[in-house]
Amino acid sequence: MNALVQTLPRVSLPRVYALESKHEFLRLLRSPSFAVPTLMFPPMFYLLFAVLFTSGRGDFQANIYLLATYGVFGVMAPGLFGFGVSVALDRERGWLTLKRAQPMPAGAYLASKLVMAMLFATIIFATLALIATTVGGVRVPVASWLALLIVDVLGVLPFCAIGLFVGTLVNGSGAPAVINLIYLPMSFLSGLWMPLTALPAAVRGFAPVWPAFHLGQLALAAVGQPSDGTPFGHIFALAAIAVFFLILARRRLARST
Amino acid sequence: MRGDGLDPSAQLRAVRKHYGPIAALDGVDLDVHAGELLALLGPNGAGKSTAISLLLGLSDPDSGQARLFGESPHVLDVRRRVGVMLQSAGMPDTSKVSELLAQTRSYYPDPLDTDECVATAGIADLLGRRYGKLSGGQQRRVQFALAISGRPQLLFLDEPTVGLDVESRQALWNAIRALVAGGCAVLLTTHYLEEAEALADRVAVLARGRIVAEGSVREIRARVAQRRIRCVSALTLEAISAWPDVRSICRDGDRFEIVTDSAETVVRQLLREDTRLSELEVQRAGLAEAFVEITQEAA
Repeated sequence: MNALVQTLPRVSLPRVYALESKHEFLRLLRSPSFAVPTLMFPPMFYLLFAVLFTSGRGDFQANIYLLATYGVFGVMAPGLFGFGVSVALDRERGWLTLKRAQPMPAGAYLASKLVMAMLFATIIFATLALIATTVGGVRVPVASWLALLIVDVLGVLPFCAIGLFVGTLVNGSGAPAVINLIYLPMSFLSGLWMPLTALPAAVRGFAPVWPAFHLGQLALAAVGQPSDGTPFGHIFALAAIAVFFLILARRRLARST
Repeated sequence: MRGDGLDPSAQLRAVRKHYGPIAALDGVDLDVHAGELLALLGPNGAGKSTAISLLLGLSDPDSGQARLFGESPHVLDVRRRVGVMLQSAGMPDTSKVSELLAQTRSYYPDPLDTDECVATAGIADLLGRRYGKLSGGQQRRVQFALAISGRPQLLFLDEPTVGLDVESRQALWNAIRALVAGGCAVLLTTHYLEEAEALADRVAVLARGRIVAEGSVREIRARVAQRRIRCVSALTLEAISAWPDVRSICRDGDRFEIVTDSAETVVRQLLREDTRLSELEVQRAGLAEAFVEITQEAA
């Protein structure tokens, strides 16, 4: 045995990932242009259209339907904007280059943004759930709440991939505009603001193209609302979309050295 | 291939790198050793940034090798011995300085104490502030703090003192000198030639993708025979400028400034022709003059 064996200090990877994620979350929480719409719009819309001005015709349960779909509308934002805008800014301003030069573990950059997006998704779920159970009068089984939480939190992933890809294409000032052009029309065309049955047949037929449609159907199924297709089909579509955009983004990032 | 103590801290070997038809680096050899500061100088577009990005593993050479401590810069364990300050590193505006520092320190196995880091970079009053609220000079100091936070054995400083006031620049120079004295290897690029003159053990001049001069500051300066003579004299501008060894001359009232390759000859003639000549001063060309001359030759 060598008496001089010493334990060399090592980098604690969990600590790196934890700090990176915490700071990414704080960074975006402190950006009003991101945090205010992301955290305020879903509960605001829910209060307006599911609680105050609910139509309540027939068997359409606006309070439950919109809890599911505004949740999806809400969690798309941290994925699309959180990734899209911050990646575009980091690239443009040289922060990403410095991080790649520093001995940052390769996965920490994206992992921290994923955690950030999932934290925002959790907060959005919690605020909507709070409003829904209090003034919204929603009563669904605990299993449904859990299922909806899982759908919302994991549902950010495909939108993170799309946001990441957009972030590799455009600069920081152009990113919000591009993402809004994707975000708002897709939400509408996927039946997140009103049921697809209230929309023209052409829109309905085209809906399966949008990732937001698949996530919306999963969320509706989670809270026991009528939904199209099978959970497996939706999950497969969302996973395929996530992988597709992740590959595109990786190619873009590799080329922009 | 494992790195041992004998490998240079940073090394480029016969490196070529093209961007399309343009050769950014065209066969460059470069070594930086422990305990020395190498200043890499060159006009804009000479290939300095490319050299740094190859050494940091941000891009790969078309041919040749970039090595840190004898290993590929892509190896994470090797980069854990390296500190980096890049020319543009716009950190998130809403992050606090303390957060940026904690994050960067976490990448390194044996980082400097926060207090030590903060004191060396002079950012004690900035820790609680958001990065976006800082002045350009304050941001530069924060970037320096991050660069040294990992107790690096090799430090890349790309234009470190741009935007700094005189006092902060001096403080930073002292910090860099202390690091080099402690055995750290430093690769510095700068547009301020007085900075290279003040800090560099060695200078390498890059022009059009090639190293066109390399040596100590004294050696580089000696490559240029030019000297500068100042004096007060009653002689006329026309008379002096007609002398064989005078390269250029300018006059401000009765004060002359003469640039020459042969100061002794010109001084002898000055004293002979104007016995009342006063305030005579002879100065060797600075690094700035040498740099201009070397890069013009290379062009």
